Amino acid sequence: MKRILLALLSGILFGIGLSLSQMVNPDKVLGFLDITGNWDPSLMFVMIGALAVAFVSFRWVLKRPAPILDDGFHVSKRREIDKPLLLGAGLFGIGWGMTGYCPGPAVSGLGLGTLEALVMVASIYAGFFAQKWFAERK
Amino acid sequence: MENFTPVSALTGGALIGISATLLLLFNGRMAGISGIMNGVFNSSGSEMSWRLAFLAGLVIGAVLFSLIAPDFIAMRQNYPLGLLAAGGFLVGFGTRMSNGCTSGHGICGIANLSPRSILATLTFMAGGIVTVYIIRHVLELTA
Repeated sequence: MKRILLALLSGILFGIGLSLSQMVNPDKVLGFLDITGNWDPSLMFVMIGALAVAFVSFRWVLKRPAPILDDGFHVSKRREIDKPLLLGAGLFGIGWGMTGYCPGPAVSGLGLGTLEALVMVASIYAGFFAQKWFAERK
Repeated sequence: MENFTPVSALTGGALIGISATLLLLFNGRMAGISGIMNGVFNSSGSEMSWRLAFLAGLVIGAVLFSLIAPDFIAMRQNYPLGLLAAGGFLVGFGTRMSNGCTSGHGICGIANLSPRSILATLTFMAGGIVTVYIIRHVLELTA
């Protein structure tokens, strides 16, 4: 129960952060990616702000033997640079540039009541299921 | 650069960093949203519940913010829905294939100095920049 409440609180903070930084505004995102047009570098500062906190705090947190509410950390230890990583990230980037949405703002956008967010979340899930089908077929 | 908003961007980013810190400190989990979204349909019991709670929080956070500052975000109108659906599909497919998105690779992974995440982030940034260039300045599909 505590873990669920903590996840809820963390999600709320994340959603407020996405809203205040305007990551939920796809025009703002596309303005950031449009470096040869009327470039708006604001969203670089979202990453700077988030990394300034997480870079320090993650080191401090991961020194603990375990998190407060679980027996161990669920952190990926994968190191390999392979084709799925780069191809997948490339496809994601193309989709991001076509829409102005990455997954977090699409979910938060549901709270802003836009049809765009609904279309995004539905089609992101369609992509998840298609990738799973594709990976299992091989 | 008339829309430049570094202070709200930096503050919002810091909130995202604090959120990711809380999830790691208490639950031992990375705040990677594509992974959490996908995990909802690949888990059950409390594994599913915390993910649903986090996603509900994302929605609630945006609702709370829009109640406090209703005019802060001007949402675009009449964006082509076909472009959204096709792009959304690629976002879903690509983030599963590469195991992460802007939050999981771009923030949590880079904070962990994961070489996979650093390369993934450079790649999706480049992909986004090239795509916007083509759509706006070559094909001139949108403004």
